[in-house]
Amino acid sequence: MSENNTLVEIKDLSKLYQVGGGVFRKSDDYIHAVSELNLSIRRGESVGLVGESGCGKTTTGKLLVRLIEPTEGNIFFHSGGETVDVANLKGKELKAFRRQVQMIFQDPYESMNPRLTIYDTVAEPLDVQGIGTIAEREARVADLLETVGLTPASSFIFRYPHELSGGQRQRVAIARALIVEPDFVVADEPTSMLDVSVRTGVMHLMQELAARLEVTYLYITHDLAVARYMCDRIAVMYLGKIVEIGETEEVLQNPKHPYTRALISAVPVPDPTYQRPDVVIKGGVSKPINPIPRCRFHERCMISEQVCLDNPHPQLQDYKDDKHYLGCYVVNEADGTYWNDHTPVNQSTAD
Amino acid sequence: MAITDKVLEVNNLTMHYSTRRGPVYAVDGVSLSLERGGSLGLVGESGCGKTSVAISLLKLLPENAEIINGEIRLNGTDLVPLSEDEVRVHRWRDISMVFQAAMNSLNPVYTVEEQIVEAMVQHMPHLSEQQMSDRVDQLYELVGLDPKIKTEYPHQYSGGMRQRAVIAMALSCNPDVIIADEPTTALDVIVQDQLLKKIKEVQEQLDMAMIYISHDIAVIAEVAERVGVMYAGKMAELATSDEIFHRPLHPYTMGLMSSFPSIIGEKTELVTIPGEPPDLLNPPPACRFHPRCPFATEICRTEEPEFKEHVPDHWVACWHPGGEA
Repeated sequence: MSENNTLVEIKDLSKLYQVGGGVFRKSDDYIHAVSELNLSIRRGESVGLVGESGCGKTTTGKLLVRLIEPTEGNIFFHSGGETVDVANLKGKELKAFRRQVQMIFQDPYESMNPRLTIYDTVAEPLDVQGIGTIAEREARVADLLETVGLTPASSFIFRYPHELSGGQRQRVAIARALIVEPDFVVADEPTSMLDVSVRTGVMHLMQELAARLEVTYLYITHDLAVARYMCDRIAVMYLGKIVEIGETEEVLQNPKHPYTRALISAVPVPDPTYQRPDVVIKGGVSKPINPIPRCRFHERCMISEQVCLDNPHPQLQDYKDDKHYLGCYVVNEADGTYWNDHTPVNQSTAD
Repeated sequence: MAITDKVLEVNNLTMHYSTRRGPVYAVDGVSLSLERGGSLGLVGESGCGKTSVAISLLKLLPENAEIINGEIRLNGTDLVPLSEDEVRVHRWRDISMVFQAAMNSLNPVYTVEEQIVEAMVQHMPHLSEQQMSDRVDQLYELVGLDPKIKTEYPHQYSGGMRQRAVIAMALSCNPDVIIADEPTTALDVIVQDQLLKKIKEVQEQLDMAMIYISHDIAVIAEVAERVGVMYAGKMAELATSDEIFHRPLHPYTMGLMSSFPSIIGEKTELVTIPGEPPDLLNPPPACRFHPRCPFATEICRTEEPEFKEHVPDHWVACWHPGGEA
């Protein structure tokens, strides 16, 4: 990965949450929500972060926009020839950083102040950052509302969130994120609350704006089918770790990690004649509380061997010309042929 | 439709909610039928009336809702004119429901076993306490839960386990029909996959009829033999699952199919259905889909299309089925 093309570089990022304990009793138990995570995001691309609930996707997103502070590690943000470490920003620098990075939340019903008009909602970041005069702000908000498909802007600008539908609200949320012309947007399940017929429109809008405004996305989703349409690359997370990352079609058509394979085979397909392969995976997601240094997936893994227990969680290794990285001792050992020789047998499943 | 082995027949069901701004016809002239052991999927977007159909079938209506027309024949008995006490005899025993939010349909202060037994006390009073406890064990095994945890409280269960417990509860009195309203929506895909397989297995084993309600057409494709597509309180199209997914006739269904992303097959361009679903307080006249329909003509704006059999066993309410002129 060439340095100058990288926008965000995450190095050994960890976020630990203390669990248990009380007012006078300290606990030694920590949930490793994000655990020594490494990820580079290139300028202009859209990276999908997928995984089951509780795998640390949202925590990673919040760390990247500094809504929460990391326990350890660095997030290097390269912009305008300068590099800042997001993990250690303070004061003025943090405020300047917030102008370059924005977040879109999942629930358009919860993420807006019901007492602010659409104009106030969208213009708030401008106000906070002290950008433009009131007349300029008005013109910019109106212009952007038209861009996100809320036309004519004059009929939306002084309405309140409750007067809008879910799809329209999510368009407002997109407008609010883009008004400060950020370089990087973290979108946390932005379409999962929307109806199918409305969802496609919002997906198209996000793609179109990304191309036009040169925005880089981190797209957090549990829905692999949506990720397929929205993302250039997909990173699969499991218990605070990325287990597989690569170009979208490469990962979906040629998954190598046993977890990715299980995840993909569990996705329902909108075709009643299609027979999905059996999902071979054991148990349900646990919580990474004080994890033992070994492969985090081994408990549910159908191919795990002694090497997975004796060594720390496997590092990601380049599997295919920088297009596909994989963290699995067993599959990496057997090189590219592993799944050709191993047709996993069906195992009993329960949660 | 012959009355052969239909366990449920709904004819022209119309239900409205009274609101301060006027009546909302959430279910408007819906007809459907279900064979013994069969499965029907109801799909549609939020606010299209899917859940309103479900609560109408069980007559679990909120105070401001009223069934104003139609009949619900369950094993031949019309539930519509029955009083609450009379309906209660059928509820759970003949028809039961799995709700969307499992946490909300379990009472946090009782153990799960106590809650399952509660329904049995009502409808199977001939069973002794021991027999009921044994039956809970059987139900737990049926849905893939360890009977040992039946004496625990709902919060001690994971999301998938709770949903299984709610299904066990719905099965407790051996109903002929189960309505499952978004039974897997809040679950992760792997747990969803396990649960859907389990439901199908149990359904076949007990020869039960099921109505699945979901906004997710991929989930419906997995579980339902027949599919009804609802739009703005009306049934737009009803046919076998294969027909609906491969030869849809209603322009709304056609739009849904081509706007839904899939992880398999060619990555085709996703189509957007323009506009938004209508406000049921003030729905568009005549065909309710016409403002969003690419094939709409004058007649669609002035006259309501009849819900009729366009090709054998494929029902559709549209003036231009399949986009034909």
